[in-house]
This record gives sequence, C-alpha cells and structure tokens, in this order.
Amino acid sequence: MASLPPIDLPSNATGAGAFDAPAGVEGNPLFEYLLRLGDDSLVLGQRLSEWCGHAPSVEVDLSLANMALDLIGQATLFLDYAGEVEGKGRDGDSLAFHRDVLDFRCCWLVEQPNGDFARTMARQCLFSTWQHLLFGRLAGSADERIAAIAAKAVKEVAYHRELASEWVIRLGDGTEESRRRMADGLDWTWRFVAELFEMDPLAGFMAEKGIGTDLAAFRADYDAAVRAVIEQATLPPPPDQRPILGGRRGHHSEHLGHLLATMQFLPRTYPDARW
Amino acid sequence: MYTTELQKTASLGATEDPERLAAFEARVAADEFIEPKDWMPEAYRRTLTRQISQHAHSEIVGMLPEGNWIGRAPSLRRKAILLAKVQDEAGHGLYLYSAAETLGTSREEMIEALHSGKAKYSTIFNYPTLTWADIGAIGWLVDGAAIMNQVPLQRTSYGPYARAMVRVCKEESFHQRQGYEIMMVLAAGTPDQKRMAQDALNRWWWPSLMMFGPPDADSPNTAQSMRWRIKRETNDELRQKFVDITVPQADALGLSVPDPALRWDKARGHYDYGEIDWEEFYAVVRGEGPVAKERIAARRQAWEDGAWVRDAAAAHARKHGRREAA
Ligand SMILES: [Fe+2]
Ligand SMILES: [Fe+2]
Repeated sequence: MASLPPIDLPSNATGAGAFDAPAGVEGNPLFEYLLRLGDDSLVLGQRLSEWCGHAPSVEVDLSLANMALDLIGQATLFLDYAGEVEGKGRDGDSLAFHRDVLDFRCCWLVEQPNGDFARTMARQCLFSTWQHLLFGRLAGSADERIAAIAAKAVKEVAYHRELASEWVIRLGDGTEESRRRMADGLDWTWRFVAELFEMDPLAGFMAEKGIGTDLAAFRADYDAAVRAVIEQATLPPPPDQRPILGGRRGHHSEHLGHLLATMQFLPRTYPDARW
Repeated sequence: MYTTELQKTASLGATEDPERLAAFEARVAADEFIEPKDWMPEAYRRTLTRQISQHAHSEIVGMLPEGNWIGRAPSLRRKAILLAKVQDEAGHGLYLYSAAETLGTSREEMIEALHSGKAKYSTIFNYPTLTWADIGAIGWLVDGAAIMNQVPLQRTSYGPYARAMVRVCKEESFHQRQGYEIMMVLAAGTPDQKRMAQDALNRWWWPSLMMFGPPDADSPNTAQSMRWRIKRETNDELRQKFVDITVPQADALGLSVPDPALRWDKARGHYDYGEIDWEEFYAVVRGEGPVAKERIAARRQAWEDGAWVRDAAAAHARKHGRREAA
C-alpha cells in the first residue's frame, strides 16, 4: 500500500507559515503598536470579569474584579490614544466595540478561556510578569503619552504579578489536586509565552524609535522570575512547546470571536444608540 | 428590603436574667451601641445574626444579576463603572459577614444556610436582568430602596452593624446615581432604548416596593425590632418614603410608573399607590421567583468549584505556618 513519504523534522522548525508569518511595518505603526497594548489589557480584563460572582471566595472575587478594573482602565487609555493617533474620529469605544477578529492585535495568552482557577492564575502570572517588565520600560518611552500610561499602570500590574505569583505558589504547593490543576494550567498556557517576546518588524521599528522597547532585553529576567515562581510552587518546569504566534497580525484563537460577540453585542445591535 | 423579616423572629425567652435584660434595654433605649463583648439577650443575638447574614447574602447573590451584564456593558466607561459597583457589593458582603461573625456564627455556617435554602436573601434578586436598562433600573430603584432602608440602620443598636452601614451607605448612593444616569441616557435615547427603559421600570417597580417587606399589619415583630433599635422605621413608612422620592424621578425621565392607582394625595402630602401583590412576594420568599433556582445554583456551583482552591490555600498555609489567604 502506498504510504506518505517520511517527513524529516528539522530540529530548528519555527513558525512562519501563512498563519503566523510576521507582517512588515505598514500603515500607521504607532496606531498598530497602541492596539497591541490596548487589546492585551482589554481582552484580559474582559476575561477576568467573567469570574465576577463565581470565584472561589468573596476575597478572590474582589481581587479578580480589581485586576479586571485596572486592565479595562489601561485599555481605555491606550485605545483612546490609538484613536487620536489614527485621526479618523474613532475613540476607545469604537475601537473596542467595532473591530472584528482580524483587526484585533492582542496576544493568544489573554484570549484563552478562564478554565479553572489554576489556569486563570497561570495565565495571569505569565502575562502580568511580562506586562510588569514591559511597562517598567515603557515608562521611559520617547512617547510621553505612552510613558505616562505605563508609569501609572506599572504600579497596578506589580500587584497583579504578585497576586498571581502567590496563587501559583499556593496552588502548586497546596494539595494533590491543586498541584495537578496548577501543572495543567501551566501546560495549557506555556505555548503562548514566546508570542509575548516576538520581535516582529513593527516591534523592532518601535523599539528603534525609542517608543517601544526591545523585548528580548528582558527575556532573561522574565524567564528567571517565572522559573523562581514555579520552583517555589515545587512544580517541575514545563517542557518547551512549539510557540503559537499570530495574534499581533490578527490571527487568533477561535476563542476571541466568541469573546467579541459577547462584548460587542450592544453597540453592534444598536449602532445608532449612545450609552 | 435587604434585611426585611423573611423569617419568624425568635421570641424572647423567659430564661433571661431580668436585671441584665432591663439594663440592656435601658442602654438600647438611650441609643448606646451594643458591642460584641457586651451581654445581650439571646433573642437579640439570633434576630441580629439572621438580619445581618440575610443582608450579607443579599449583597453576594445581588452580584449575579448585575454580573450578568459586565461582559456586555455597552462602553468601556460603563463596563468599568459596573465592575466597580459589583466589586463594592462584594465588599459589602464581606463587611456584613464580618459583622455577623462578631455575634458568634462563622461565615461557613452562614453560607451553608444560604445554600441549603435555610437562610433567605432579598426577594429582588430572584428576577432576571434582560436588557442593559435593567442595570440602570437596579441602580436607581434597588440601590435606591437599599439606601432608604439602610440610612436609618446607621443608628442601629449593634455597633458593628451600624458602622458597616455607614460605609455601605456612602457607596450605595453612588450606585443609585449611576443607575439613574443610565436611565437618563436611555430615556433620552433611540426608540429601542426608551422601550428598554420603560420595560425595565415596568418589571422592577413592584418588586422594588416589595423589598421593604410585608405591610406593617402583617409584620408582628416590628415592635420588638424597633424597641431594640434593630429597625428604626416600619416597612410601610420606608415604602412610602421610597415612593414619594422615586415617582418624581420617573417623571423627570419621562417614564411612567406602572401603577394606575398612583396619585398625589394633597391632604396626606404623600403619593397613594395601588395594592401590592403580596401573593407574589410570599411566593418569591418561598424560593419560587423566576430565577431563584438559577441564583442558588450559581452560588452553590461557585462554592463547590472553589472548594479545592480554598483547601489548597489552607493546606499551603499549614505547611508554611502562614495565615490562610482565601
Ligand atoms: Fe450593597
Ligand atoms: Fe449597591
């Protein structure tokens, strides 16, 4: 019987098919860059708010809502600014509620469904640690507006990072069940870390301008910080996984479309209404 | 109201020491605060525990109908305001559970009583939120009714409860204004928005009036509660105040209150209003509200799904000798 020829797997296979090939620097790079920042915060804030009223305790409910609130606030600042930069009369609301999946620029990590509380905390720890290091650098951005937003947000995110790291530790080093769930949560989210550090042409261009920052410059700090949390959680380091990329050019998980359908329903259904 | 008598009040046992009881009643009558370590009659402790825990449960269950719209709030600003509001309600729940715990019942016991259906919570949260206007109507009417009931409780006789109410009332008045502002925008909006606003008022009006509890004639424990300064105004007095304040607000919105009997009574200086359907109220108290099963199921589910998290936090704290965080 005929069979497929054997496939030689090169050891250095990277992404970069039609799905996740990096795009060049097109259109208005500052606008695009602000969408990345704003959409990360918006989508994660939306996700976290799904916990509201359903968390493991009232205290946890409060802390999740608190993070969601910070993130929605950041999204508003970044997206309002994006609208101004674009100069086509759009504001944060029109950007949040009237773009479809292909025009969203968030990373895959923040779109991931909440799953159980362990997965939510894995996602939060991996993201907030990155966002904290990022905003620490963007606070010195050559763009004053970005610098001001980041300087304010970095304090909020420091708290998110601490809170999520503590939960990863507590759950990893808690009971048999919590340990298994925490390991599963990290396993689910681990493949999305590489995208956080992706230096595509736009990221490179913004870094050169001094508006953005070289993400590779804090990769080592990030890895060390996350490794330390996982160690303290007494969990084995998750094995490397093939990076999943594409969010920065509008190629997302299937989950994002459903999140947007919910979030955008009112402004889309009643386009003439003001709220 | 959040705290209305949804269950029978414990009767004053004959076993209390008459001298201590007289001293206690004199302190209460003099508007002194009773503190957790002070002596108090058992019936006072039981009545208060029930009232405060009922209030706490109402705050927590009340997160569900509003939480239902956070994900669909129509603008970033509205989303942030609603998130902050629901977060405030969680905070109210926490202060109130803490206040109730000072009377000797643990939070776990109270939550267990809620989940088993033994403890009640405000009937209002057993109605569904169907449109965005419901978020406006809840803020305006439900938080409005809550304020009406809770402002007098800032002077209630039990210190921890009174102090919790001071904090809570400040936030409730923000909620009320924010809700009314949503209604203003909708009432002045497109025909679809105006329809939502009117429909929300139609659905929430009567349940809001029911929040104040049964008429005084059917509220036999009011006298005792008033004497103990656990209650400072009767159900009907509070309900009348609410109607008098709210009807002109509805007029200002250009919405009509769904009560054909509503009219201004010059002689009384109050609005007369139509008969409340007490059968509906008692049905909802019995757990037969339109979404009562959904509410309790959601609370139970959250609690059960969260059990492994709370266990893990406790196990971690034991291992590391630190205080439990969950
Ligand atoms: Fe409240
Ligand atoms: Fe409230």
